[in-house]
Amino acid sequence: MSLSPIGALRQSGSLFAMTLDVLRTLPRRPFQVREFIQQAWFIASVTILPTALVSIPFGAVIALQIGSLTRQLGAQSFSGAASVLAVLREASPIVTALLIAGAGGTAICADLGARKIREEIDAMQVLGIDPIHRLVVPRVLASMVVAVLLNGLVSVVGVAGGYFFNVVLQNGTPGAYLASFTSLAQISDLWAAEFKALVFGAISAIVASYKGLTAKGGPKGVGDAVNQSVVITFMLLFVTNFVLTAVYFQLVPQRG
Amino acid sequence: MGVEICVEGLTKSFGHQVIWQDVSLTLPAGQISVMLGPSGTGKSVFLKTLVGLLKPDRGSIVIAGQDITELREHDLYEVRKLFGVLFQDGALFGSMNLYDNIAFPLREHTRKPESEVRRIVLEKMDMVGLIGAEEKLPGEISGGMRKRAGLARALVLDPEIILFDEPDSGLDPVRVAYLNQLIVDLNAQIDATFLIVTHDIASARQVPDNIGLLFRRELVMFGPREELLTSEEPVVRQFLNGRMQGPIGMAEEKDAAQVEQELAQIDEVAAPAVMTPRLLPSTGIDRPDRWKDIARREQEAVAK
Repeated sequence: MSLSPIGALRQSGSLFAMTLDVLRTLPRRPFQVREFIQQAWFIASVTILPTALVSIPFGAVIALQIGSLTRQLGAQSFSGAASVLAVLREASPIVTALLIAGAGGTAICADLGARKIREEIDAMQVLGIDPIHRLVVPRVLASMVVAVLLNGLVSVVGVAGGYFFNVVLQNGTPGAYLASFTSLAQISDLWAAEFKALVFGAISAIVASYKGLTAKGGPKGVGDAVNQSVVITFMLLFVTNFVLTAVYFQLVPQRG
Repeated sequence: MGVEICVEGLTKSFGHQVIWQDVSLTLPAGQISVMLGPSGTGKSVFLKTLVGLLKPDRGSIVIAGQDITELREHDLYEVRKLFGVLFQDGALFGSMNLYDNIAFPLREHTRKPESEVRRIVLEKMDMVGLIGAEEKLPGEISGGMRKRAGLARALVLDPEIILFDEPDSGLDPVRVAYLNQLIVDLNAQIDATFLIVTHDIASARQVPDNIGLLFRRELVMFGPREELLTSEEPVVRQFLNGRMQGPIGMAEEKDAAQVEQELAQIDEVAAPAVMTPRLLPSTGIDRPDRWKDIARREQEAVAK
């Protein structure tokens, strides 16, 4: 990637152009069901375990922080409410984003990049098959579906981890923890988090596919593409997360 | 019957580096043409431009009445169905076995039942001598087999135009001879327009109807085989004879004075231009009129 401003602009332009291509190709039939299921299975299989393993300590850290904070403020009865809110609203979409980009996106990018430098993509185009339709769209959809499901997993595991650390290790009251669950969090928080995950899944798959399909310069080029795709995805995800959160607070009235 | 390809004033550059400029030629329908050139003269780029994978800076490529440089992406995919392309390493899909690779275009583009697909795939595999290797993955076979499998895949949709990107690179001389025979046989059987991009002189002398030579960022010459083989043009003579003396140097081009001197030296020995006999379709194959004519002319030439 060149460091000149024009190079960066050109990159963003082509990335955006590919996003539009993906959107335009989305309704085209026949939909690649097989590829979609294979990819969804593949992405799920590389992300589920790491996601679960990351979300336990993540939930625990939040529980620890909130546990000591609420004790200092004398608001222990709200520790359950606060930790559910934190896990549901921020922790789970972020953990999902990190894993879907770090494990799913890199795999997509490496796969497409390897195909690109072996001229498989060219061969496919020459055979009259649009790689966006055949390869990218199923991957983007698969990544979106898996991200939504992962977000659910992270929420459950995170909340469970938080409960365990708060109740068992910090001697919190189980009843108070559970009773305050819904005092701050509301169901729209869950929908918002799922929506975020959906968007994150789309972004990471599109960036990974874009970087993979434009890989050049042999095996080293594939490595570079994977590296850049992770960096770009992370930056985009955190910016998007901020924007979505800000919009959410404007649109949905908060409790309490 | 094959399709004519008409290239006019084609220019391609990457950034400031001009690959070739103002290339104009017509690939006659149903004939075999060879594009020669030293390594790094953009032969593969030329091929990719012909199928619309790369966009030229200027110029037009007219195929079946359509200028493919002007086409939208969607229409381009339609035109590409006329093409079969053999890539350098076969460009097989690594995750599929040979059978699925060769069946891929049929399954994507046609609604043929699986039994019909099987019949066509096995027929093409037989044509390139790959029967028995259906279950192999591309990673498990030799480069020569990958090339032949790539050729079989390029053939399944009965293309009107077949492009070969260095079919002979990385193959031993015997296999190259077989592949050349296969190309000639194919041309007699399916009558498509062939373009072979290569730097193998032996093939270029035997196989084609027409030869073109790319050098120094332009098309030096394009014409019938006889014309180029007997040409006095220094670049053409040097390349077709594989000599060191001439305008083509190791790194790039040489300076004019040195070229003069070298050419003068050759003229003293003045080897007459040699005509190589043409490769004809195998005896078992029904020759269309075009090949009967060629065979007759070849016989006359030998008789002389």
